[in-house]
Amino acid sequence: MTWETVIGLEIHAQLATASKIFSGASTKYGAAPNTQASLVDLGYPGVLPVLNGDAVRMAVKFGLATHCKIAQRSIFARKNYFYPDLPKGYQISQYELPIVHGGHVDVQLPDGSTRHVNIVRAHLEEDAGKSLHEDFAGMSGIDLNRAGTGLLEIVSAPDMRSAQEAGAYMRKIHALVRYLEICDGNLQEGSFRCDANVSVRRVGDTKLGTRTELKNLNSFRFVEKAIEIERDRQIELIEGGGKVTQETRLFDPDREETRPMRSKEEANDYRYFPDPDLLPIAVDDALIERVRATLPELPDAKRERFTNAYSLSAYDADVLTVDKRLADYFEAVVKATKAAPKIAANWVMGELTGALNRTNVDIDASRVSAATLAALLDKIEAGTISGKIAKEVFEAVWNGEGSVDAVIEKRGLVQISDTGAIDKLVAEVIAANAAQVEQFRAGKQQVLGFLVGQVMKMSKGKANPQQVNEALRKQLGA
Amino acid sequence: MHTRTLAQLSADLRARRVSATELTKHFLDRIARHDATLNAFITVTSEQALAAAAAADKRLGRGDATPLTGLPIAHKDIFCTAGVKTSCASKMLDNFVAPYDATIVERLQNAGVVMLGKTNMDEFAMGSSNETSFYGPVKNPWDHALVPGGSSGGSAAAVAARIAPAATGTDTGGSIRQPAALTGITGIKPTYGRVSRYGMIAFASSLDQAGVLTQTAEDAALLLEAMAGFDERDSTSLDDAVPNYSKLVNEPWERVTIGVPESFFDAGLEADNAKALRVALKELEKLGATLKPIELPHIHLSVPAYYVVAPAEASSNLSRFDGVRFGYRSAAKADDLLSFYMRNRGEGFGPEVKRRILTGAYVLSAGYFDAYYLQAQKVRKLVSDDFTRAFREVDFVAGPTTPAPAFGLGQKTGDPIQMYLNDIYTIGANLAGLPAMSLPCGVVRGLPVGLQLVAPPLHEAQLLKTGHYFQRVTDWHQRVPANYA
Repeated sequence: MTWETVIGLEIHAQLATASKIFSGASTKYGAAPNTQASLVDLGYPGVLPVLNGDAVRMAVKFGLATHCKIAQRSIFARKNYFYPDLPKGYQISQYELPIVHGGHVDVQLPDGSTRHVNIVRAHLEEDAGKSLHEDFAGMSGIDLNRAGTGLLEIVSAPDMRSAQEAGAYMRKIHALVRYLEICDGNLQEGSFRCDANVSVRRVGDTKLGTRTELKNLNSFRFVEKAIEIERDRQIELIEGGGKVTQETRLFDPDREETRPMRSKEEANDYRYFPDPDLLPIAVDDALIERVRATLPELPDAKRERFTNAYSLSAYDADVLTVDKRLADYFEAVVKATKAAPKIAANWVMGELTGALNRTNVDIDASRVSAATLAALLDKIEAGTISGKIAKEVFEAVWNGEGSVDAVIEKRGLVQISDTGAIDKLVAEVIAANAAQVEQFRAGKQQVLGFLVGQVMKMSKGKANPQQVNEALRKQLGA
Repeated sequence: MHTRTLAQLSADLRARRVSATELTKHFLDRIARHDATLNAFITVTSEQALAAAAAADKRLGRGDATPLTGLPIAHKDIFCTAGVKTSCASKMLDNFVAPYDATIVERLQNAGVVMLGKTNMDEFAMGSSNETSFYGPVKNPWDHALVPGGSSGGSAAAVAARIAPAATGTDTGGSIRQPAALTGITGIKPTYGRVSRYGMIAFASSLDQAGVLTQTAEDAALLLEAMAGFDERDSTSLDDAVPNYSKLVNEPWERVTIGVPESFFDAGLEADNAKALRVALKELEKLGATLKPIELPHIHLSVPAYYVVAPAEASSNLSRFDGVRFGYRSAAKADDLLSFYMRNRGEGFGPEVKRRILTGAYVLSAGYFDAYYLQAQKVRKLVSDDFTRAFREVDFVAGPTTPAPAFGLGQKTGDPIQMYLNDIYTIGANLAGLPAMSLPCGVVRGLPVGLQLVAPPLHEAQLLKTGHYFQRVTDWHQRVPANYA
């Protein structure tokens, strides 16, 4: 029996507005608990919400980038439930009329194919605060700094068919919101969160199976892992004669399992109704056009352009365009260097990304600027240093030892291209390795590589490998 | 001095016939003398009042005073006042000191008004008799065995007994107009959105509107023009310029047509009350108004629609009172979160508030939402359309404010439906968001009754002017209960 997994995702993207969606309090992450909560965020008696216009513009921007329809009039509704980190006892959200609906994204999969994922809706709402259950000796702490931060909840159709597709879709949306600069995408800080609706059905069935909703998926890896685990659980259950119960389940990454949330936590009748404190959100054509004018080149278009203009592989273009800032860096290098775009791509994806990850530095704060990397690549191009030496130079520049020229100068790394000097080194190596020379002469071609290596070693890597090769062949009469 | 109107006192202050300090002391003395009986105040802010009066006297001396500078008034205890207990007459907020001023409090303060204290009311403004207050009922100054009406019962009693020259109030279904009628004073509920709701503790957000209770329409004009106007902190406040009401009420009379729904005079209205009303309408006719019978075909559905919409919104608005961040928290140790909420809310709220929260949660629940909440919203639209249609032909809709004069303390507390029917004539204006005013228009069994005028949106100036002209030719508003003259 073969099974098909059906997945839909609900992504919560925290909007990158300076202040909260209904109050003037700052949204900056990491402040001392309860220092960024105004009376509105605290749900004090008598206070009223006032909508942040930037949140509306960001939602419209997302809608435009995903081919959605933008509602001319949408309304806020109250979602009523009690929890200590929800100060008003209701969350202001959108229910019947969301600001954005009916769009799609095309997701590139590792096998080169594309999955068309429909976006059912994206709506504005406010985030809750945080409950801290540890560190308070049997009590719970409440931090309301996050309460009232604007969220865009992006709801996909159940269009994904595997954990990998779900992961790819999540990455796609992640890249998109960062391109649009409407969310910082920080998964560790919870700026970008995801719930997954998962069901299984027998291949060929058209009716959807009973779904479960997985919560607490705060990394790409967790999304994929949780879906796989849940898929296996559901298949095993059905094959064993059981039935899937529609419920909300928590993913536990430590125990690698999903388990039902207590029914109390989910058996809510939210008693939605239109929020009488807020007017309907009105979006006219003029606003849409103003927002449209601020749309950057989007990942799809950029990837397309990179493959065409720079002759990059689909894979390279993909990697380089996931993050707009990485793409911008790459283009800055390409513009400034004489080296081929492919070389620049390899360096950006290899040395640079490696160094950034290793040192946990953001690309905006890269210790090697695009101009510096371009200068380094030019040195290779000009034959001043070898590719191998260039990596050493890159490391040194990264570590703050000075400019490319200064490092090459200081460490004496200029490539040896002088024929006399190379001939001398070659002669020494031939004299010192009689046995290998004998083997080569007997027809064992691969020994040449060993001899080249010996010359390079003697030159401390500075000899021009091409010239060493030629000199060896010449002196060995090959 | 205490029987003088705000307008007169304003003139007295400017002419230095009296100082703000003398005036404030006079009213604080009257509160001290009478409020043990009336129970109109929850908090009397004597110290702050005298300090504000001293500041007002300086301002009057400097010559940068407004017409309101130095005038003492009382605020309904539903408006947040910085540093002063703001209880909403609930045990839930008995310990709550607001950290900020409501917009109207701030605006009146900026104009130089002196706050005497915070007035009693029905708990969270839910009630029509002021009997649901945690601080006990307010007595009607005309007869201490009777209720003053509600929910702004403390404000009404204070003004009627002349222990405050004027007071603010709020009106969700008649909470300014009904107590004004039952205590023989003037009360106006402006157009929804005319006055900011910021800092006014919400009962039913789509219906709540702040207004004033005064001796005269002219006084109401004076106060309202300082309170009204757009507030960026309230998204539902209207961004329209505020007319100069106090000047406009004295402009020449224009001919108006007054619509009178005959259904208002059916069996629900006490006969003598109806008689008084007919006489009052005759007075308006003598002034040059044309009376025209009209119909409001859906008005009889207002009360049921209101008692779905208002509790629905209230059930959500009152969720924030959970004992987590402020307000009442039970002394009993809770076993879990649910019992924590149940204790705090179960002990903090009174029975009428609980009744409305339960009703509201019920009508919003899955499976009942369409049948109740949506249906009520449709009725609300029908009622609103009735008025819109009427205002194509008439300038005002007139009728009684209440079915009868004030009733006895405890007389209706056992029967919520009878209590709710007290608002049968006033609720329509809230559902439609229209400005409405109650004017003292006669005496029935020795007790005052009110004439209600409802106007199209933002026609407060016309409403106040008509009230002012009516009060030029009648003296009902000048009558003071015997013990308080």
